[in-house]
Amino acid sequence: MSVLVFAPVQDGILKKLALEAVSFGVQLAHSLQSNCSVLCSSEISAEAHQQMQDLGVALCLKAEHDLMDFDAVVHDLTQAAARVGAQQLVISNTYLGKSVAPRLAVRLGMPLASGVIDVPKKSNDGWGIRRSVFSNKGYAFLQVKGHPCVMAITPNSFPIENRTVGECKTEALAVPFDGHQIKIQVNRVDRVVGKIPLTEAERVVSAGRGLKGPENWHLVESLAASLDAATACSKPVSDMHWRPHEEHVGQTGITIKPDLYIAIGISGAIQHLAGVSSSKVIVAINTDKEAPFFKVADYGIVGDAFDILPRLTAAVQRFKASHA
Amino acid sequence: MNILVCLSQVPDTTTRIVFTADGKSLDKNGVQFIINPYDELALTKALELNESMGGGRVTVVHVGRADSESNLRKAMAIGADQAIRVDADATDAVQVARELAAIASKDRYDLILCGRESIDYNGGMVGGMLAELLGLPLVNIMTSISSNGTEAEVSFDVDGGRAYAQVAHPFVATCQKELTEPRIPNMRGIMMARTKPLEVVAASVNAEQTQVLHYEPPVAKSGCRFVDAGDMDQLVSLLHEQSKVI
Ligand SMILES: Cc1cc2nc3c(=O)[nH]c(=O)nc-3n(C[C@H](O)[C@H](O)[C@H](O)COP(=O)(O)OP(=O)(O)OC[C@H]3O[C@@H](n4cnc5c(N)ncnc54)[C@H](O)[C@@H]3O)c2cc1C
Ligand SMILES: Nc1ncnc2c1ncn2[C@@H]1O[C@H](COP(=O)(O)O)[C@@H](O)[C@H]1O
Repeated sequence: MSVLVFAPVQDGILKKLALEAVSFGVQLAHSLQSNCSVLCSSEISAEAHQQMQDLGVALCLKAEHDLMDFDAVVHDLTQAAARVGAQQLVISNTYLGKSVAPRLAVRLGMPLASGVIDVPKKSNDGWGIRRSVFSNKGYAFLQVKGHPCVMAITPNSFPIENRTVGECKTEALAVPFDGHQIKIQVNRVDRVVGKIPLTEAERVVSAGRGLKGPENWHLVESLAASLDAATACSKPVSDMHWRPHEEHVGQTGITIKPDLYIAIGISGAIQHLAGVSSSKVIVAINTDKEAPFFKVADYGIVGDAFDILPRLTAAVQRFKASHA
Repeated sequence: MNILVCLSQVPDTTTRIVFTADGKSLDKNGVQFIINPYDELALTKALELNESMGGGRVTVVHVGRADSESNLRKAMAIGADQAIRVDADATDAVQVARELAAIASKDRYDLILCGRESIDYNGGMVGGMLAELLGLPLVNIMTSISSNGTEAEVSFDVDGGRAYAQVAHPFVATCQKELTEPRIPNMRGIMMARTKPLEVVAASVNAEQTQVLHYEPPVAKSGCRFVDAGDMDQLVSLLHEQSKVI
């Protein structure tokens, strides 16, 4: 019962979410007294290979496909699973994972558990898996019937832990995808440049209607820059086009789980909290000491954002300078 | 075009989520069920596509029990031509996807729309499974579509950006906000919906692979520590020393 993890490669590098999935896969394999293989989407650097070896990966299979070609990813994962006899497949539940995992599960005839937030527990009947439901307003304990399973894990939920088991071998995946099934012709991809993508960010600075207008967002951006954080916003802010739609977090926007979420001038409506409440540490800044956000915050500051933001940014910069 | 829209129903977004004492299910007391917001977008877009092409038909399908019929009537009041309800408890994504595939196979649909996820179980699975079961392309997390009936221009969210693509009908797409604004039923729509067909079909498959054993509420925060607005250095040092997030 070996484990197969999918690792998207970008310019030869494995980013944090890929390493998280690999580390999860190795731990899962360990609990099964088995080993973990990784399918890399393309050629990896010597450094990335060493990282995988340190994490405890036994075999690295290399594919050669475009990450935008989800059909090829599903095909290659199916081939790779057969090759190593994998019964557990692991993929990070990013946009790529969401497009690939459901199709893969059906193609392999395996159950799918999406939004996995703990390493699953094995019993004789199958897997016990905890996942977030109701937009983080609760947890469900899912029983998967039998042991084969595709697991789509929630980003930023697992540590990256080294566990050396020996040498990590490399093999090319011999059955290339011929592409005859490609029916979606991607013409162009607009990448967000110069910004940390919200879904990958470890720290997020977010603001709401309390900021009064788009012209004031430089205050939010300065704080975010000082913290190497991504920026986000509440729904009305994106509805009024103060900020782009992809920054809208909440029940009807993006759900995020960063280490640090700073909410500025956001009241804390239930739909907003649904998307951010599983952040590890929450800081709320609001003029109204009764604002609901303080009920879920770890740290609160009652005060005017226009006064606080420049001083908070300066304090972070001072801290950085003294800890450089 | 002949369009199929898959609708799930979910607790209203303002619902305070409470589980029953035995933890085995959601406490439905006083909970109002609405059409999943992403599916409402799918329905509106289906209507808009057909209006722009001057014809076609929109069918909504739901796997669930009779208590969802008011939402199916609402979908017809918004403008769907007919509704199909597969009479089964929707407990597992594969089971739902197989029921939907069975319905989709009974007719020739040019386009099958789902939501990107249902906001209750947050699975985000059914659309992709349905595409695979039907052997159709999947446009996941679609943010725009225009079509001439044979081929569509679409955009969809990808990690770190947005993709623009062409795809030939038929295909499955899952809908994301930005696609359109949901439509509200008017009086005439509500009157007309009363006489539109709502067909109930028996469940055809029993393919459940997973089961929720129990639910738990999230762990409550230990309480908010207020930091003096005048002392931002203190906040920074708390974030560094106590929380270790910077
Ligand atoms: C179906 C549905 C889905 C929804 N989905 C989402 C969602 O996904 N995400 C989302 O965010 N919302 C969502 N909403 C909207 C949500 O209910 C709230 O309306 C919204 O979150 C409020 O945004 P806000 O906090 O920015 O604005 P407000 O509620 O207006 O709050 C502004 C806050 O700023 C504070 N403030 C004012 N001036 C200052 C200042 N100078 N300094 C500091 N603080 C200040 C105020 O005290 C107040 O607390 C949804 C609503 C519905 C009905
Ligand atoms: N019971 C259901 N009946 C019909 N469609 C459904 C049902 N459950 C989910 N769907 C569709 O699948 C999408 C994704 O659902 P999920 O995989 O549950 O997050 C929803 O937005 C609906 O379009």
